[in-house]
Parts: sequence; structure tokens; C-alpha cells
Amino acid sequence: MKCQKCDRPATYHITEVASGTPVELHFCEEHAREYLSSGQKLPTDQMTQVTEQVAEHLVKHLVVGKAAEELKRLDEQTCPYCGISFHDFRHQGRLGCPYDYQVFREQLESLILNIHGETQHKGKQPSKGAEAATRRTELIRLRREIKEAVEREEYERASQLRDQIQEIEESA
Amino acid sequence: MLQEGDRVVKLEDLMGRRGEWLRGEGPESDIVMSSRIRLARNLADFPFVRLAGETERRQIAERVEAALKDSPFAPHLMPLRVDELSELDRHFLVERQLISREFAEGQGLRLVFIDHQERYSIMVNEEDHLRMQVMRSGLDLEPAWKLINDLDDHLERHLTFAFDEKFGYLTACPTNVGTGMRVSVMLHLPAVVITRQMDQIFRGLEKLELVVRGLFGEGSQAMGDFYQVSNQVSLGRSEPELIAKVGDVIPRIIEYERKAREFLMNESQENLHDRVSRAFGILKTAQTISSEETMHLLSSVRMGVHLGLISGLDTPTLNELFLLTQPAHVQKLVGTDLDSADRNIERARFLRKRLNG
Ligand SMILES: [Zn+2]
Ligand SMILES: [Zn+2]
Repeated sequence: MKCQKCDRPATYHITEVASGTPVELHFCEEHAREYLSSGQKLPTDQMTQVTEQVAEHLVKHLVVGKAAEELKRLDEQTCPYCGISFHDFRHQGRLGCPYDYQVFREQLESLILNIHGETQHKGKQPSKGAEAATRRTELIRLRREIKEAVEREEYERASQLRDQIQEIEESA
Repeated sequence: MLQEGDRVVKLEDLMGRRGEWLRGEGPESDIVMSSRIRLARNLADFPFVRLAGETERRQIAERVEAALKDSPFAPHLMPLRVDELSELDRHFLVERQLISREFAEGQGLRLVFIDHQERYSIMVNEEDHLRMQVMRSGLDLEPAWKLINDLDDHLERHLTFAFDEKFGYLTACPTNVGTGMRVSVMLHLPAVVITRQMDQIFRGLEKLELVVRGLFGEGSQAMGDFYQVSNQVSLGRSEPELIAKVGDVIPRIIEYERKAREFLMNESQENLHDRVSRAFGILKTAQTISSEETMHLLSSVRMGVHLGLISGLDTPTLNELFLLTQPAHVQKLVGTDLDSADRNIERARFLRKRLNG
């Protein structure tokens, strides 16, 4: 696919959602930058490089490489552990918990590719491995449920949940 | 968790100290101020900080504190409750590069561990649960990596970090995922700025996936001709590869700066000598002076000292003047909050005393 503004190949596929009706845009790097930096509140001096701002804006306002009709479906996906939706992430620019990388894997993979040019981690690994981390994810949900139980004044339920957390923590 | 009393005393102690990046030692320290490596980590069993309530923030802080307790680092690290510090104290820590501006201005329970040499800084409940950094004077990336890697290894024995086989260390923002690492080198490039070559360097670095930021002051403005070069991407390259990516380009930037200095000395030594002497003269005699002007003039003087055009000043003293004339530091020197006009008067008084002594 060619860039909408020149003959170079389009490497940035942007679904602009700011206006309410999603619009698909395809740009080369230069024109993606031009597009993303126009009308946004960006520091205009040359000290900060635009690439970084592009990454920041992709995270905050846009979904990359997704057709407009898919966006609504993807937006409604919710993390069962921390409770945020993909829509929340796009508006906050920050994820809610580590498990979001599983729930929103499809969406995040293209975003990560755009930011880093790669999608496979290389380098240091924790000695306990990824499994130890995954096993602890359940605790995020339990902690959230405690908060909710306390809000509803279900103190017995909260105390049960606390025991459950302790059990998991001690088994690790 | 932490005692109010001894904390304040310790913070005041930093004032009289020359932190790691001011030492002015280490390789190429006339041009390279400091090398810094930061790692972002999150505990696997908590939501990211923005969703963490006060209870969870406290639990996260307690876990990190416990993990550090029996470590070889513990005797040197002092915890500070950043959310309980005054605005002035928080800015004081920002100016010393011990905490980020976002962390200073954030909300909720936040903690930072720092050592007396100001080499380590471990922020708890920043954007990620842990943002830890090691700072070294001069161009000294490999030792910095060894120190931060050891710290990470130690913490990992006590904590379970969020990690994914594919995406690596998981962070609140996908821009930091993978190694969670940012490698930064702070450079002083006055001659490059005078000879208008900064644009060229910017463009070259961008192609190499490196970012340049101006240092000091608000936003990205480069005050005092200080620039920070760091890696743009954090995923898909190993830590040594990222260190090499930044480290390999620094000698070339140093070369640019040395060539530019040589050029200025050969082509217009009188002008250059005049420029640095006048800068020195203003700093020694001004009655009121802004932080911006101070940085600008100190930058000339720093270069003048290294070119042998000014004598009687050493690199550590100059580095220290850059820091001590920052807004929060001026107020800490005087011992009270000051408005901008009063700060300018106190700053000038301080400079006269230090430079005419
Ligand atoms: Zn184009
Ligand atoms: Zn989640």
C-alpha cells in the first residue's frame, strides 16, 4: 500500500478515532509524523525527536493497523484481572496490569511493532521464568475483589479473600 | 514504615555533598558529565501503579523495602517518602536527578531509595512499581550496567516481576516493554552549539533510533548546552546491545565537539577568549541573575576552563555551580522559599562569593 501523500510505501496505518467516526489513514514515516504532530499540543522545538512523540501519540490516541469496523469490538474487550477495557487503555495511554498484554495481545502486537520495530524480547530473563509471574496474576483479581467487597461492606467475604491471597503467597 | 525525623536531616545532608554525576571524574569527563542506566520493573501480583489504591501502593512499597533490607545495598540506601516532602524538597531531588519530574508531581504513596553517593535511585510507585537507576560520572556505561544488573538480580530473588516470554518485562506503557531499560549519556556540547551543528547530530542520531533531549529547565529546552542521548527502543535488543547502541555513538559526538572546539580556537581564538572572559566577568559581578543566564554563562566558562582560557577553576567545582544555582538549590542554600526575583538576587550573591573567593 502506498502513502496517501506520496509514492513511498505506507508503513504507518492509523485509525483516527478522535472525531468519533473512525477514519483509516495510511502514511509513510515522514507523513505519519507530519500528520501526528499537526494540531497536537507538541513541543515544537527540535530538542525532542518526533519519533518519540509519534510513539506516545500512537499509544494515547490511536489504534494502529486495525480496520475501523474492528475497532469497536476490540475497544470493548476487558481484562478479567484488573478490569480495564482496551478503550480505557487508548485514552489513558497506560495499561492496567501485566495480564493486559495477554488480553489485548492482538492489538498490542501491532502497536509494539510500530514502536520498537520488533515483537520478540531478547535479553535478560528473570531466574524464576515467566510461569512464576503468570501464576501470581490471580492475586491481582483477588485484590480487586477485596476492594469491591469492602466497598459493599461485605467484610466476611473480604476476609475470605485475604486468606485466599495468603494461601497463594505462601505456596510460592 | 519510615521515621519522619531522621529523613529530613538526611535530605539536608545531601546539600553539602557532591553527587556522583558532579564528580567530574571518569573517562572524557570534560565533555561527558554522566552515564546512567534505568530499569523499569513491576510486581507480577499487583495492578500497575495507576490502578493501585493506597493499600496496594503501601504493600508494594513494603515488599520492595523488605527485599532491599537484607541486601548488601541496604546499609547505604535511605528511603524517602516523596509524597510527604515539601514541594521545594521534591524539586531539590529532581534537580539532583534522583527522581523524575513526573514522580515529584505525582499523587499517592511514593518512595525513593537513594544512597549517599547518589549513585542509586530506586523510585517506587512511579509509572511502574519500580524505576531503578544507577548513575556514573563520565562515560562509564558497562560498570553502570553491572551495578544495576546486580541490584535487579538481588531484588528478583525476593520479588516476582511481571514477565512474558514474548514481550519481556511488562511495563505500564508499551514504550518501555522488553528490557525495560533506558541507557542515557549526558554531554556538554557548547562548541557544537556555537558552530550550529546540533541539527546535523540530531538527524544522525534519529536514524540510529536514539533520542536527544536538552537537559535542565522545563520540558525539552537545552539549558547550558547539556544534552542527553538515550535509546529509543527497549524491546528486541539485549541489554548489552542497547548499551553498545548508545555507547558506540558517544565517541563520535565527543569527536564533533572536540573538532568544533579546535576550529573555534584556530579560527577565532580572540573572539572565543573574549566570550568566555565576559561570561566569567558577568558571573563574578552580577547583582541579579536568572537561572537561564547563569547556565548559559557557566557553559562558556566550563568550556573556557577546558581550553585553558580560564584558570583557577576545576571541573567538579563548575559542575557543582550548575546544580547549586538551580531554583530549588538556591532556596535550600538560603534556607527559605523565595520568589523568582529574590532567587535571582541570592543566586548572584552566591556566584560572587564562590567565584571571587
Ligand atoms: Zn508519504
Ligand atoms: Zn489487566
